[in-house]
Amino acid sequence: MSVSKSLSNTMRSALVAAGLGAATATMLAAVVLPGWAQNATQASAGAISIDNFTFTPQTLTVKAGTTVTWTNKDDIPHGIASQNNAFAISKALDTDDNYSFTFTTPGAYQYFCYVHPHMTGTIVVEPNNG
Amino acid sequence: MSESGRDDGVSRRKVLECMTWVGTGVLWTVSGGVPHSLGIMGEAAAAEARGLTFLQISDSHIGFHLPPNPNALGTLEEAITKVNALTLPQKPAFMIHTGDISHLSLEAQFDDADKVISQARLDVHYVPGEHDFLDPDRKFYLDRYGRGTKGAGWYSFDANGVHFIGLVNVFNLKGGGMGDLGAEQLEWLEADLKGRSASTPIVVFAHIPLWTIYPEWGWGTDDSAQALSYLKRFGSVTVLNGHIHQIMQKVEGNVTFHTARSTAFPQPAPGTAPSPGPIKDFPADKLGTVLGIANVTFKQNEQRLAIVDSPLQG
Repeated sequence: MSVSKSLSNTMRSALVAAGLGAATATMLAAVVLPGWAQNATQASAGAISIDNFTFTPQTLTVKAGTTVTWTNKDDIPHGIASQNNAFAISKALDTDDNYSFTFTTPGAYQYFCYVHPHMTGTIVVEPNNG
Repeated sequence: MSESGRDDGVSRRKVLECMTWVGTGVLWTVSGGVPHSLGIMGEAAAAEARGLTFLQISDSHIGFHLPPNPNALGTLEEAITKVNALTLPQKPAFMIHTGDISHLSLEAQFDDADKVISQARLDVHYVPGEHDFLDPDRKFYLDRYGRGTKGAGWYSFDANGVHFIGLVNVFNLKGGGMGDLGAEQLEWLEADLKGRSASTPIVVFAHIPLWTIYPEWGWGTDDSAQALSYLKRFGSVTVLNGHIHQIMQKVEGNVTFHTARSTAFPQPAPGTAPSPGPIKDFPADKLGTVLGIANVTFKQNEQRLAIVDSPLQG
């Protein structure tokens, strides 16, 4: 399920609850929700730098919906591949090239450099409505 | 191994063949099944190079243009010029290239490499490096160099009684691992060696070292032990690799391992730098001293491979 879909579902239930004349707390929640939803849909960014044949940070924790961008700062090309094909493989990244992928589903994503497979990293995607 | 013979173990009688590996290449000579390298060119080469002579170049990285070498094509040209300038009693039979021909697997990079390497007017037997397999289907390498090969480009051939095996260990790499041959290739290798006499000299060449040099930098091949187990019964096995852009050698039983220099840029000795990337601040006027080729001679009844590598400069 995509983030935006799950958000709109949540919003819909909140609005329905409000419409049913629920408690003030719920009304407040309904008022707060749009801002909250906006933050989440404006996918925050996560950055991973590739430097000295190392992914930094080694483990990046982001909220679902975040677009993660890897930037190759080495003089040697690298490439990003998911350990279990959980996300799309990048093309070869030459110096200063970057690759982005938007993680919508919570989970732990292990990846490696397919040019130098001893280089590994993890992206932890947390639900953003929890 | 001169015509007159010498008493240092290289008498003509003992010499089955010679291989010569040059300079930004190695000059290899196979004598009675044990390869040893010759001094790069010069008298040694001239004296020894009878029988089978071949050259090795590696890691030309055409397309690389960053410090310390803005012109990897230029240094490859220097290497080929050096090859052509060799004064040998006989022309080398062929050349092997142990991978990373290109830097980014681009067609234009392979084109440029071919244009220069072909000036040596030798047959060239290639194996791919990881830099040659960067396009999703590995099409540019395989279309060009993979004709008649198996799987991801492995093959074998015979020359002057020596069995040569080109292996591919830069394919289907696994996260957290190093180089990898894979089950299919190992199966092929076992079958390829089956039935061959243990006295057949074997030369195996592949890009990433088939012995573990430095796992922290991925300098090794995860399943090389399996491959080497098939080679154990042979009296003379020589393993030629590239990838690490520096000379390293190890002898283990009947197996001699050797890595060649790059023609493009030097890499640091294991663990001496934060990463295996190019030595960026290497002085430009000394670059030719760390790029090069090497020579090897096989001598009968000698388990040691004597290799002399030859730099482009100095």
